[in-house]
Amino acid sequence: MSNFRFTSQPIDGGALRAELIDTHCGGFTCFEGWVRNHNEGLEVTHLEYEAFEALGVREGERVVAEACERFGVTRALCVHRVGDLQLREIAVWVGVAAAHRDEAFKACRYIIDEVKHRVPIWKKEHYVSGDSGWVNCERCATHAHEHDHSHAHHDHG
Amino acid sequence: MTAPLYGLVLAGGRSTRMGEDKAALEYGGRSQLERAFALLTPLLSRCFVSVRKDQHDALRGRFPQIADSAEVAGPAAGILSALSAFPEAAWLVVACDLPFLDAATLQFLIARRDPAQLATAFRSSHDGLPEPVCAIYEPAAASALQTFMSGGRNCPRKFLIQSPVLLLDQPRAEALDNVNTPGELDDARKRLGAAAGTGPRALKVQYYALLREQAGRRDEAVTSTAATPRELFAELAARHSFTLAPEHLKVAVNAEFCDWSRPLQAGDQVVFIPPVAGG
Repeated sequence: MSNFRFTSQPIDGGALRAELIDTHCGGFTCFEGWVRNHNEGLEVTHLEYEAFEALGVREGERVVAEACERFGVTRALCVHRVGDLQLREIAVWVGVAAAHRDEAFKACRYIIDEVKHRVPIWKKEHYVSGDSGWVNCERCATHAHEHDHSHAHHDHG
Repeated sequence: MTAPLYGLVLAGGRSTRMGEDKAALEYGGRSQLERAFALLTPLLSRCFVSVRKDQHDALRGRFPQIADSAEVAGPAAGILSALSAFPEAAWLVVACDLPFLDAATLQFLIARRDPAQLATAFRSSHDGLPEPVCAIYEPAAASALQTFMSGGRNCPRKFLIQSPVLLLDQPRAEALDNVNTPGELDDARKRLGAAAGTGPRALKVQYYALLREQAGRRDEAVTSTAATPRELFAELAARHSFTLAPEHLKVAVNAEFCDWSRPLQAGDQVVFIPPVAGG
């Protein structure tokens, strides 16, 4: 099965971890991105994720393959949720199994950072006030008229 | 064992008849050199641009280069320099000034390569003689070409005529037509424009996230004369009052990222990608 997937079902980290267990590996690292109740000073009630899945799977697979090659890890997997998510749910799960911990940590960090920047996934935040907005898009839309490119990389951590 | 096949785009010519740098001539918004390099890249493990010893410029500087090792002029010097720089490799050599060259012609050549010969080349559709600047040169061609050139000769076509070479008929007769003069350039641009179809084309556009909401739909069948995604976006932004500017977007055609100046073809599926926010 592909090492990058989208799912509209709640992510079960335990089941994904079980996919990576390998007797060659001495270490496993995992990153879970959770839905939190605030962003940039606004109270968030829930999120909506949308993906261009055909390209997203290709680009996500490239990211995971790059991490495996660059850091020499044995197994890696990334799963991203799409659809409506409530607070506390897992939005993205990254797991890496490797012979040693150092490459596992590095590969895990690489995958989540690259996925956030490169894979066509969009997040809409719904706020307590009733407003909502597409993260990274609304600011661009406003600033486009001012020719402000200072946030061109859309890195909001 | 068959030698690995590398790619070489010849771009060291002096463009005397054209009067301007042929490598920089543009068709459909892309320079000939970029176009030739992009044709080779997906087919071969490594690709280089052949340049003259003294040639340094921004266009060529964007690609891995092999500079001519000798002061001798002409394509033969570039081919010999590549064969000498990587003696273990065979080379698919193409001139940068072949605007009608297509991937199918190159794949045809690669599939029929005979490593037991010094070269695998096409027979010219004009005069039946070997075409030296869209051909595969095996490692063994190095010493033979060196000997040929040390006799003061530098015509690669004559080298192929007198060498053991597999000659193939071109699958598309016009694929190797080259462009040397301003008149030929105008003609080539017209022919390419006609082939690309300057009339309206049926395209499919899919929208995501903010663009989906502003367009009020997930997808749209569009009939447009836009030649590139850049032109298509301008047309659709006017129609749907998009608030995102193209510099904040990426574009994908047929589910792969691409350049904003990629030529659009009928049936293409286009997606404009707003700033992403996974995780």
